[in-house]
Amino acid sequence: MQPNLEPIILSRTGTMIAHKSFKIIVTLTLAFVLLPFFAFASANKVAEESEEKEFNPTDMIMHHIGDSHGWHFFGSGDNSVTLPLPVILWTDNGLVSFMSSEFHHDTEGHHIVEKDGQRFVNYHEDIYQLEEGVEAVEFDEEHHPLNASKPLDLSVTKNVAAMFLTVILMIWFFFGLASFHKKKAHAPKGFNNALEALVLFVRDEIARPQIGEKKYMKFMPFLLTVFFFIWITNLMGLLPGAANVTGNIAVTVSLGLFTLVLILVNGSKDYWKHTFWMPGIPTWVKPILAIVEGAGIFIKPIALMIRLFANITAGHIIILSLIGLIFILESHGVAGISVPFALFITILELLVAFLQAFIFTILSALFIGMAVEEHEHH
Amino acid sequence: MELLHVGLAALGAGLAVLGAGVGVGKIGGSAMDAIARQPEASGKIQTAMIIAAALVEGVALFGVVAALLGVLTT
Repeated sequence: MQPNLEPIILSRTGTMIAHKSFKIIVTLTLAFVLLPFFAFASANKVAEESEEKEFNPTDMIMHHIGDSHGWHFFGSGDNSVTLPLPVILWTDNGLVSFMSSEFHHDTEGHHIVEKDGQRFVNYHEDIYQLEEGVEAVEFDEEHHPLNASKPLDLSVTKNVAAMFLTVILMIWFFFGLASFHKKKAHAPKGFNNALEALVLFVRDEIARPQIGEKKYMKFMPFLLTVFFFIWITNLMGLLPGAANVTGNIAVTVSLGLFTLVLILVNGSKDYWKHTFWMPGIPTWVKPILAIVEGAGIFIKPIALMIRLFANITAGHIIILSLIGLIFILESHGVAGISVPFALFITILELLVAFLQAFIFTILSALFIGMAVEEHEHH
Repeated sequence: MELLHVGLAALGAGLAVLGAGVGVGKIGGSAMDAIARQPEASGKIQTAMIIAAALVEGVALFGVVAALLGVLTT
């Protein structure tokens, strides 16, 4: 009897799987059919609003990829749902801080916040300190404020908050994995196993071949941190309403500077000799090569920084432009084309998110490997 | 005048992308050839291909960023 049962169970699980995948197919089809209608509904709403305010695609895109003093989720004007974040300013009279909600979603410089006798406005996400008796900030032709000053802005902005979130996630993931290995000797299960596979990927595919067997362990903490930081922030940046952290040039500059400092600090004697006085070539070529190689030290991290920034920003701009087409052409038929295209690009961005983290890490490892390498002398 | 600036910036970005397209295409094509010759070395070839493609792509992105700055500062 026993062997006869098996095919029945198998066929039952087979139909169950078939039933499940049928459900998924129906959901996906419905989503595709309904998405243009949802887009149509919101397009109508915007069209009604645009009688007062013309839709400007450039402003919309710049607002989405830029940083801001509050974490805006949805809605517009007074109805918007925004997570208030602390605004921290260094003024002539010391540190001033208040929550961004005190601006009441205003970014046009109308709403004045008064703290310790100092008055601040938020004009296009720049905080200005108004002079005595001034009601609104005014600019000259080169966009310098005439009647206000710009205090040093140390605020926890949307990007900084998103970075804190990534840091918390990373601490949670990796301290969990580390404490597991302290307690138990066997292989981890589930999520920890997936993390360990990625850690080993960074070690065996990135660090070991590029830096070399002898020295790679010294740079593993940096490479792992950079890899997971970039990957997790990239993925979180793809969520609706999330911050565009790695598409911010200041963030990528800092990441590039870390690599530059590591190269400068760990460069071996051979590396500096090969950079500024290359052996084995005619003497008159040596100074020319020294200039080129010297510039190369700084061009390498600059290329790293531009690549990450431009890739992520370009991805966000493409998605927003495709969605923006609906509102530019003011027709719901466009949504049927542009929404699937935006979905396609979003899925492509999932790949780009990983690829950029991988490329940043592998190129950092390559540059560090070039710096620490010790040549055999002939 | 502003339209001319935007047009020139777009043309510049297009030229940068053209060069990068040829470059990445050649790298990809050569990698395909190499993998067809030696399928067992495909892992190493892929890593080298991605590094080379990233370096070429970096140049194109310099062009795109320069064009973007050209548009945004006018």
